[in-house]
Amino acid sequence: MAELLTLTDVEARYGQVKALHGVSLTVGEGEIVAVLGANGAGKTTTLRAISGLVKRSGEIVFAGKRISRRSPEAVARLGVAHVPEGRGTLSELSVRENLRLGAYTRRGRKAIGEDERRVLAHFPQLADRRDQEAGTLSGGEQQMLALARALMLRPRLVLLDEPSLGLAPIVVDEVFRIVRELNEREGLTVLVVEQNANIALSASSRAYVLEVGKVAFEGPSGDLRKHESVRRSYLGY
Amino acid sequence: MLLAFDWTQLAQQTVIGLSVGGTWALLALALVLIYRSTGVINFAQGEMAMFSTFIAWSLVNHGLSFWEAFFLTIAISFVGGIAVERVVIRPVERAPELTVAIVTIGLFFLVDGAAKWIWSSETRTLPNAFSTRPIDVAGVAFSIEDLGNIAVSVGVVVLLWLLFRFTKVGLALRASAVNPDESRLLGIRVSWMLALGWGLAAAMGAVSGMLTAPALGSFDQNLMQVVLLYAIAGAVLGGLGSPIGAVVGSLLLGVFITLVGTYVDWIGTDLRTPFALAVILAVLLVRPAGLFGRTAVRRV
Repeated sequence: MAELLTLTDVEARYGQVKALHGVSLTVGEGEIVAVLGANGAGKTTTLRAISGLVKRSGEIVFAGKRISRRSPEAVARLGVAHVPEGRGTLSELSVRENLRLGAYTRRGRKAIGEDERRVLAHFPQLADRRDQEAGTLSGGEQQMLALARALMLRPRLVLLDEPSLGLAPIVVDEVFRIVRELNEREGLTVLVVEQNANIALSASSRAYVLEVGKVAFEGPSGDLRKHESVRRSYLGY
Repeated sequence: MLLAFDWTQLAQQTVIGLSVGGTWALLALALVLIYRSTGVINFAQGEMAMFSTFIAWSLVNHGLSFWEAFFLTIAISFVGGIAVERVVIRPVERAPELTVAIVTIGLFFLVDGAAKWIWSSETRTLPNAFSTRPIDVAGVAFSIEDLGNIAVSVGVVVLLWLLFRFTKVGLALRASAVNPDESRLLGIRVSWMLALGWGLAAAMGAVSGMLTAPALGSFDQNLMQVVLLYAIAGAVLGGLGSPIGAVVGSLLLGVFITLVGTYVDWIGTDLRTPFALAVILAVLLVRPAGLFGRTAVRRV
């Protein structure tokens, strides 16, 4: 499998506080890779380092290009759609406007219009609310919108930050079902960060476990499920 | 007095109020545009508008007609506003709001000084954009100038609304003002959007100045200082941060002040400004977010 994203010894800091102490990971084309870990382990920071929302050092290569010094807008323009923690929907804008902004960097009105229809087909509940302000949607709908907006970029890689946060279990299942469906049908590559290890492991093919800013375990998701200490610390049985 | 109420006078005074309020509305809109993206009032907005008006004056003096000078000044101001943002504001883009506010106060004196240095402080006149003749509308005589000013103000507001509502760049401007980080993740160059906002604000201020100066007869470098105060008052009344609020607030304020000056004898022209500001204070005590503002909800 061709490697799409490679992190080598990536460090990141917020002011004086170091949040990542040399994280290395890879994501192959067409894979769903999960990053697990407790609160404060550096999961979100890993995604923010890839996008350039946080000061980072080390090497980050995406699709053969070094992106460790690029700004968030430049990384987005390479085809990385980052759905941040708290979903990042622009709450004062309508559902449609959010979707149109997802395709902000693309040219070609016609193709974008077609993508809007195609994407909304995956999310029927959004289609009904397309003129509503995003802030008036439920948490689950906002997560769907964030995902739909990411797809509007025709991304080569989607970074998903805690999609399960604050959602009812049934909605979480729905979100991951759609992610898997997109992966199987359209070959979407996803790097997902989750506290909910159970669902993340069942949706992904490989996973990394972060502990205090470092990779503690890594491997195929099926193996990690059976891994004694992973099971005890993150799966709770 | 009530028996012989003069409806003609009321209509005339209302139009005068809308005309004055319209010029305030443009500057108020400029303030709101900057406020939404930076969280501060640009105290130099009025002085920048004054500077633009002097540019228009120079252009007219070089033989251009008012309208040629008008559109050229708008273009120059737009570019100038972008340049000001890149040079003066960009270095403090991530600084606390108070820092940015103080920088705009510095900018106030800088622009003011530059205008005095370039044009000296004697008074000048800008020709009237519209005829000052009266025109008869349904039996009431209005000044063409007032109606023209209202038309231009409304036109600019509508254009701006179309830009924000229906264009890609307008959408990006709205997104970057409210959610800068999320917008960057979508590939929007937020920093440039900020500069673009300054350009638009400067252009609107220029229109405000070029409508205000002819109406006053003569002007000097103090042209926009009172206008800035009214624009701030109008924007606050409408709810700082709400573009519709800024327009409606300024128009209401213009009409209100004009009518109070006309009908309440003991207030007259001297006391009408403090009286109007007292009314705004009263409104804000009842509705702290202003007429159209949303109460700020912040996650901490």
